[in-house]
Amino acid sequence: MINPVPAAEPARVHRRPRWGSRVLAAAILFFLLFLGQSVVSNPNVDYHVVVQYLFNIEIMRGLLVTLVLAVLAQLVGVALGAVLAVMRMSDNSVLRSMAGAYIWFFRGTPILVQLLFWYNLSLWFPTISFGVPWGPTFVEVTTTAVMTSFVSAALGLALNEAAYMAEIVRAGILSIDRGQTEAALAMGLTPRRTMTRIVLPQAMRVVIPPTGNEFISMLKTTSLVQVIAGDDLLTKSLNFAHINSQTIEFLIVASVWYLLLTSVATYGQHHLEAYYSRGSSHNGGGPPGPTLRARLRGNLFSLRRAERGAA
Amino acid sequence: MSGPMVSAQGVHKHFGDLHVLKGIDLEVAPGEVVCVIGPSGSGKSTFLRCVNHLERVDAGKVLVDGEIIGYHEKDDGLHEMSHAEVARQRSTIGMVFQRFNLFPNMTALENVVCGPIWVNGENRTGAVERGRRLLDRVGLADKVDGYPAQLSGGQQQRVAIARALAMRPKLMLFDEPTSALDPELVGEVLDVMGDLARDGMTMLVVTHEIGFARGVADRIAFMDGGSIVECGTPAQVIGQPRHERTRAFLSKVLS
Repeated sequence: MINPVPAAEPARVHRRPRWGSRVLAAAILFFLLFLGQSVVSNPNVDYHVVVQYLFNIEIMRGLLVTLVLAVLAQLVGVALGAVLAVMRMSDNSVLRSMAGAYIWFFRGTPILVQLLFWYNLSLWFPTISFGVPWGPTFVEVTTTAVMTSFVSAALGLALNEAAYMAEIVRAGILSIDRGQTEAALAMGLTPRRTMTRIVLPQAMRVVIPPTGNEFISMLKTTSLVQVIAGDDLLTKSLNFAHINSQTIEFLIVASVWYLLLTSVATYGQHHLEAYYSRGSSHNGGGPPGPTLRARLRGNLFSLRRAERGAA
Repeated sequence: MSGPMVSAQGVHKHFGDLHVLKGIDLEVAPGEVVCVIGPSGSGKSTFLRCVNHLERVDAGKVLVDGEIIGYHEKDDGLHEMSHAEVARQRSTIGMVFQRFNLFPNMTALENVVCGPIWVNGENRTGAVERGRRLLDRVGLADKVDGYPAQLSGGQQQRVAIARALAMRPKLMLFDEPTSALDPELVGEVLDVMGDLARDGMTMLVVTHEIGFARGVADRIAFMDGGSIVECGTPAQVIGQPRHERTRAFLSKVLS
């Protein structure tokens, strides 16, 4: 037993003053005030228009199209990307090269060019027919009837996204230990079921965070469909802009909504990531434990405590 | 009359230019426990993995319970089976790995019941009930809801044994089941394996545990350089090894 020492009043600790930060903060504050003043008192832009049109029904419709396009393209992109990733890692060399060629093409050409291709497909193939090649035709439709701007937009975005998702899913699959596959095969699962029941579910943990990034990025990429009159948020905003010659006002309207969408998506992604990082693949994973961020916070906190204790 | 459970006939295996297995012949009778010992790189694990076709043999063949593994035999030679046929064969052969390879996203019980449900189409209630009994049998009745990360190495390996047993295998393969364990955890796994051997399970065990091999095995095969150098009862192989290479190996591991 150590004799208890009478507790002395702990010495107060003072942080070293951070003069550099204060000066910098003051300078930035000054600059922001100046910027704010020149924005607010700007005679060239009518901010009432921004407020007035922010919830305009046409803008709302555009917002809905943007959202539907992004969700649809991302969903198809994830599904097709997973298929491509599995094909890319198949033992079958034909499947492997098909997936490789797909990814090469869709990652190698700009999404804007792809969108224009789909929209203008009728110039290349005026009709689309279903039937036996070089044989009888069962159904024939004109391409313009099928390739509306919405369909071209959704198709273009989804097929492009699939190429990127394929690489993300492939990285996820590669992150799973070979022993997992062997254990599943030894148990009597076929290679296909080993992939769908054992490997892919575990790969999700690795695939989810970058997929969230892809979706956030997709929300903004949808604005490209404006060039094919996609009736999305940007199309609608620019329509108003051209009618009223108030370009900046309506670019602000669009930006406010894009920022809101991406902010909500970012918030959602944080939660999804926390959910999927319960446990980590290194220590086996699975058990509901503190999230990675919580663990990090815990470490930082204890570090800071140690620092304070040492001081 | 019943033939051997395992019959390896002239098994050859190459990894690139490396000739890993140079004609392995080995038979394991039903209910028999055969331990394969030998220095690292002697091809023990590769041979074991040929028995359930995790490695395909380049020449020769492996029969389990009279069936050639991985191939159909026709007049002009062996033809590769479909994935589904190989899977059906594997489902009757249990395998326990050095690194456990439990599914980390599933609890101990889920690890044990997923095979019977997915592969054998057993109903959930029955499989769960039997899974609990199996975990109880390996001494883990209180860990059914634990995830692999929450279990010690020894406990994980015992779950892995229960997972293999859940498929009602006619043969169990053990690939250095205690090599990845802390020394104090080796005993609990060997105890479970010993019980299993006494219950009459046919076992082919690649191991470095000479004590276990001596105590439990009916026969020991000593492998070196891709061949079985000698094979016999523990008393023969460990007590009176006939080959110089066996003596050299034993003197190293027993010292």
